[in-house]
Amino acid sequence: MSELKVPTMAEMMASGQQPDVLFWVGCAGSFDDRAKKITRAFVKILNNVGINFAVLGTEESCTGDPAKRAGNEFLFQMQAMGNIQVLNAYEVKSIVTTCPHCFNTLKNEYPELGGNYEVKHHSQFLQELINEGKLTVEGGVFKGKKITFHDPCYLGRANDVYEAPRSLIEKLDAELVEMKRCKSNGLCCGAGGAQMFKEAEKGNKEINIERTEEALEIQPNIIATGCPFCMTMMTDGVKLKEKSTEVQVFDLAELIAQAKNL
Amino acid sequence: MEISSIIFMVLLIAAGGLFAKNLKTIIRNIKLGKDLDRNDNKAERFSLMARVALGQSKMVVRPFAGFLHIVVYVGFIIINIEVLEIVLDGILGTHRLFSFLGGFYHFLIAAFEGLALLVLVACVIFLIRRNVLRIKRFFGKEMTAWPKTDANLILITEILLMSAFLIMNAADTQLQVLGSAHYTNVGSFPISRQLMGAFAGMSESSLIMLERGTWWFHIIGIFAFLNYLPYSKHFHILLAFPNVFYSKLVPKGQLDNLASVKKEVEMMFDPSADPYAAPAEPQGEPQRFGAKDVTDLTWKQLMDAYTCTECGRCTDVCPANITGKALSPRKIMMDTRDRLEEVGKGMDKNGKDFTDNKSLLRDYISEEELLACTSCNACVQACPVNNDPLSIIVDLRRFLIMEESKAPAEWTGIFTNIENNGAPWQFAQADRLNWKNEQ
Repeated sequence: MSELKVPTMAEMMASGQQPDVLFWVGCAGSFDDRAKKITRAFVKILNNVGINFAVLGTEESCTGDPAKRAGNEFLFQMQAMGNIQVLNAYEVKSIVTTCPHCFNTLKNEYPELGGNYEVKHHSQFLQELINEGKLTVEGGVFKGKKITFHDPCYLGRANDVYEAPRSLIEKLDAELVEMKRCKSNGLCCGAGGAQMFKEAEKGNKEINIERTEEALEIQPNIIATGCPFCMTMMTDGVKLKEKSTEVQVFDLAELIAQAKNL
Repeated sequence: MEISSIIFMVLLIAAGGLFAKNLKTIIRNIKLGKDLDRNDNKAERFSLMARVALGQSKMVVRPFAGFLHIVVYVGFIIINIEVLEIVLDGILGTHRLFSFLGGFYHFLIAAFEGLALLVLVACVIFLIRRNVLRIKRFFGKEMTAWPKTDANLILITEILLMSAFLIMNAADTQLQVLGSAHYTNVGSFPISRQLMGAFAGMSESSLIMLERGTWWFHIIGIFAFLNYLPYSKHFHILLAFPNVFYSKLVPKGQLDNLASVKKEVEMMFDPSADPYAAPAEPQGEPQRFGAKDVTDLTWKQLMDAYTCTECGRCTDVCPANITGKALSPRKIMMDTRDRLEEVGKGMDKNGKDFTDNKSLLRDYISEEELLACTSCNACVQACPVNNDPLSIIVDLRRFLIMEESKAPAEWTGIFTNIENNGAPWQFAQADRLNWKNEQ
């Protein structure tokens, strides 16, 4: 397997280069074992297409999203202003991220604090590459497979991005099947609002089980998503329902990488 | 001037005056909220209001209830033309003032009658949905005795008003047939004439009694209903319009950056700031971080509360509520309104600086409810009048975390980790690029 080419901003700057886009990896993408696979899959695509990108590497820090949603505005703004100093010092103009939470925060909440960037979720970025003809996807591997897309709240409702992920799935030659609650009516996986980092409050069911059951109802081969937290929740849900052999959970980037045999 | 005209004028002025007074109190209460500028992008705001409030676009997401609601809503608006005639008749002592319109008046009466019947049927179906079919979203812990009664009272009142209107017209038609002096032939009355049979045997004087009786019942009912609005969820028929107009226009995922925090953080990042400098004289009241009570919320959040129709679409789609957690976005809105009413009444009684040592947080909304929210925006998306329950939840959370340092232990952990190593988990920032060389 070939090595991933992952230049950092610091390296680029040292050699007098400027990347076209910064890949914001995010905390989950950097540290969570499952999400790291998404990160690697996305980088494989970037390498394959030959995108001139860089990451911040060890200079990246949490966007502050979970702190903000939990109510810790102070910590959020500390993180934001720290990150903005780094991003502005590197004169970053354009950012792509595989995490809808980072996407939402960087795109919507950083500008007022002095961080103005063109921010894209990787589903939008990949769709553009396809539209521009830079990325071609053959659907062979997924032909005849049923794929459903679980809308991450921070991509869908929060930012009205519903079509880019679906257009990617359609490129796979697979059958896109929708859950009863989808798009603007999609049900949360249960991880948002910093719930990911604490036990759920007392109730009669876990939210990810409710969502997984809904997905399993339509008997997909694959549950696709575009968020590392949704990934955790849906994967756990499928495991708990003992369906891991029949149903797999993949990120959009992984599906594209698989289709391209990367 | 006839005595009936005088009585009518007195009633009209009393009803209008009382309503104006109640409206003023509500506006005063809403203005207890903090400043917020929502006067930008006027064109977009008008267009949003046209679609969501006037056009009911979010109501029809649930087609059956949405369709019936449109029937009642269109009925309400169109029948108001008839109410205008009734009011003018009442003042001038005339009978069917607009009948000079001739053929067009026939058409208007036919339209009013058709709509009245449709409204009546829709309200009966709504009553059945609430009380017989007992649709789940009309229940829930916040739907205590009063909200349930309120909903039924509204529907029953509308049924009574529409019935009075149709009976009045039926008696009028019968009187026209009898050739009664004042009751000249003014239209075909397509719906109410079906009721004529029931009154066929009645004498002219009884018919006049019935016609006048239902006329007075109908208009006094409307005056009473007008003054019931300020105490009811039915107030949404007025506030839905400004409430949608002043909606949040930025993406739903975007939360505001607290200005009070921004100042502090900017100072910490300012290399020229003197850490030993005496702090500037505080100006005005010290600002709270987040919200503890209704007066810490913005006027828009308070307007949201008065606009809430208690339809429960928010709670019905809330992932926390669906899975049995304590959170119900509708309860957040209803609690905010109840608490605001309480604060308003306290001020009326004891002056502006009154305190009752109660607050929205804890006395109304518990920590458990707040902590259950996933901030998924499903409630915001579902609200037919563009309320934003999530913003209230976040503001209350901010107070819990920043003023009281009251966070669940796991959250305290992620805060510490983010501060120390720039990630919610305890991994060293130096390891952030390790994925590059892993398989």
